[in-house]
Amino acid sequence: MFYREAGDFKTSYTDDSQTFPIKFDRYRYYVVLVSAFAVVPFVVNDYWVNAVFLPFLIYAIAAIGLNILVGYCGQVSLGTGGFMAVGAYSVYKLMTSFPDVSILIHIILAGVITAAVGVLFGLPSLRIKGFYLAVATLAAQFFLVWLFNRVPWFYNYSASGQISAPERSFLGVPVTGAETAPWAAYLFCLVFVVASAIIARNLTRGMAGRKWMAIRDMDIAAEIIGVNPLKAKLTAFAVSSFFVGISGALFFAVYLGAVEVGEAFGINKSFLVLFMVIIGGLGSIFGSFAGAAFLVLLPVLLKNTLVGGLGWPTDLAAHLEFIIVGALIIIFLIAEPHGLAQLWRVAKEKLRLWPFPH
Amino acid sequence: MLDASEGYTTEDGRKIGGVVMEMKNITLRFGGVVAIKDISFDIRQGEIRAIIGPNGAGKSSMLNVISGFYHPQEGEVWYQGARRPQMKPYEVARQGIARTFQNIALFEGMTVLDNVMTGRIRQMKAGLLSQAIWKGKAEREETLNREVVEKVIDFLEIQHIRKTPVGRLPYGLKKRVELARALAAEPSILLLDEPMAGMNVEEKEDMSRFILDVNDEFGTTIALIEHDMGVVMDLSDRVVVMDYGKKIGDGTPDEVRRNQDVIDAYLGVAHD
Ligand SMILES: Nc1ncnc2c1ncn2[C@@H]1O[C@H](COP(=O)(O)OP(=O)(O)OP(=O)(O)O)[C@@H](O)[C@H]1O
Ligand SMILES: [Mg+2]
Repeated sequence: MFYREAGDFKTSYTDDSQTFPIKFDRYRYYVVLVSAFAVVPFVVNDYWVNAVFLPFLIYAIAAIGLNILVGYCGQVSLGTGGFMAVGAYSVYKLMTSFPDVSILIHIILAGVITAAVGVLFGLPSLRIKGFYLAVATLAAQFFLVWLFNRVPWFYNYSASGQISAPERSFLGVPVTGAETAPWAAYLFCLVFVVASAIIARNLTRGMAGRKWMAIRDMDIAAEIIGVNPLKAKLTAFAVSSFFVGISGALFFAVYLGAVEVGEAFGINKSFLVLFMVIIGGLGSIFGSFAGAAFLVLLPVLLKNTLVGGLGWPTDLAAHLEFIIVGALIIIFLIAEPHGLAQLWRVAKEKLRLWPFPH
Repeated sequence: MLDASEGYTTEDGRKIGGVVMEMKNITLRFGGVVAIKDISFDIRQGEIRAIIGPNGAGKSSMLNVISGFYHPQEGEVWYQGARRPQMKPYEVARQGIARTFQNIALFEGMTVLDNVMTGRIRQMKAGLLSQAIWKGKAEREETLNREVVEKVIDFLEIQHIRKTPVGRLPYGLKKRVELARALAAEPSILLLDEPMAGMNVEEKEDMSRFILDVNDEFGTTIALIEHDMGVVMDLSDRVVVMDYGKKIGDGTPDEVRRNQDVIDAYLGVAHD
């Protein structure tokens, strides 16, 4: 009886369609939000911010984006790394071309540019599905990395071929460049994460989300009841790429500071984010967070316990990580396509009945 | 009485209006197979129009032509007094033609409520930005349309499964949810492809009652395909009979029942 929904009656449809219809969930959400903004920045040390919190937040945005495309709209994509690169290079070009404009605007614009590129590479989805679409997005991935490597205009003709983020402040506090305090970077990313999650949730609980899911579940029926498949798929590509672009921009400008495209945004990144979505749960915003947290924490934990605690060699711990992730992907794909998010839901069902199992 | 262009009054006193949809000399081929051969018929405002015929007669194909899923090689579709140009299925849906399918076509991963809400696509026009912030038009639309959908849900008596994913429902309930989705669209023409197939007697009675009530309360024009002759004779105002892609009969249930071609081709078979 820890978890209850009984006695929580809705008196309007607005109440019923809100994000957390159950009071208990709503309070827990506020608690998490308040502690993320007001507690975490003061108690967490720099190592945790850099090794765990920043990558977690940034990957969570990418995972939300990819989940909209794959989990909600049913369109496979292996181009996430490439689209993150579009976000990163867009924000770099914007920051260096318009140094007086706020970094906040640059990052949002980077998302918009990535959305446009996403729509372009989403066009084939109107004709091809499943495996073939995956291959097409894979081609996008390689093409984009190649493009950013080969065209010097994108990296402002720098000798190293790398891009590095100039120093920029937000509300007087440095958020990019060497002067950035970890807590500032954390809070800056947190704002984007919260906004992304709210927007994604709003879109998926409304008509846009229903159209995406209709396309996912049965595209022919969706069209016959009035869904324009072209529009539905392309908006999914646009919204998805918007978030992925923002994530790429933050990954470059706030987290890494300097980037070599093949290294930071290679095909590995595409798979990493896809695995987050699969492990976290297809078609769930919460799952995107769970998946990102899991895959960011796993190597840190393995490293701290096995290498730090038991004295294993680093490469052995890394191999173990591959094995664990691989096994989990297979298990989740076969046994629980709705991922950690579904396990969480089941746990809640159990808690609601506990301690009376019937 | 049937050819009066202003319509007619049925025996039970319902007013049937003028022609809303007219199929003119429709021919539909799949390669060498002629699924529909030069068929013409009309559907009048407010009537229940049945399409019957043996398996493979071309009934579903005819419904698919009406809903824009198949494009006939020859012939014209007239809707609300104008010739309808070739259209995508979603455009036809937005003109107010809703349908159910012979093999249920619901969105299995979505809840009953969300499935029925998809029926409201035509009425919900808020832009992506408004939906993203869930304010203004998007929020208002959501509440208003939810009210309509809840009425449909009450009407079809599926309140208790509102939040259940459709994939978990038994067959009979799925059929009902599919009808709910079509009704939620508040269509001007409702197309039902074998709404009672695979149901037991009790479920069939429920479904018949729903169909009659929809027609009665909302004045919805209904075209339905059905194999159960008893049901067809009870429900429909006029019947089109198809056999091997050809129209072999058209009229009131009584007229059709007395038509020798129909008896030979269809009812005769049933009476063997
Ligand atoms: N997409 C298609 N491709 C090829 N042939 C088709 C197609 N759809 C229908 N047909 C053919 O058209 C003919 C009519 O089929 P249709 O499904 O319209 O019959 P029906 O009257 O609905 O039969 P049933 O009572 O079995 O549902 C059949 O011979 C069928 O094989
Ligand atoms: Mg059929």
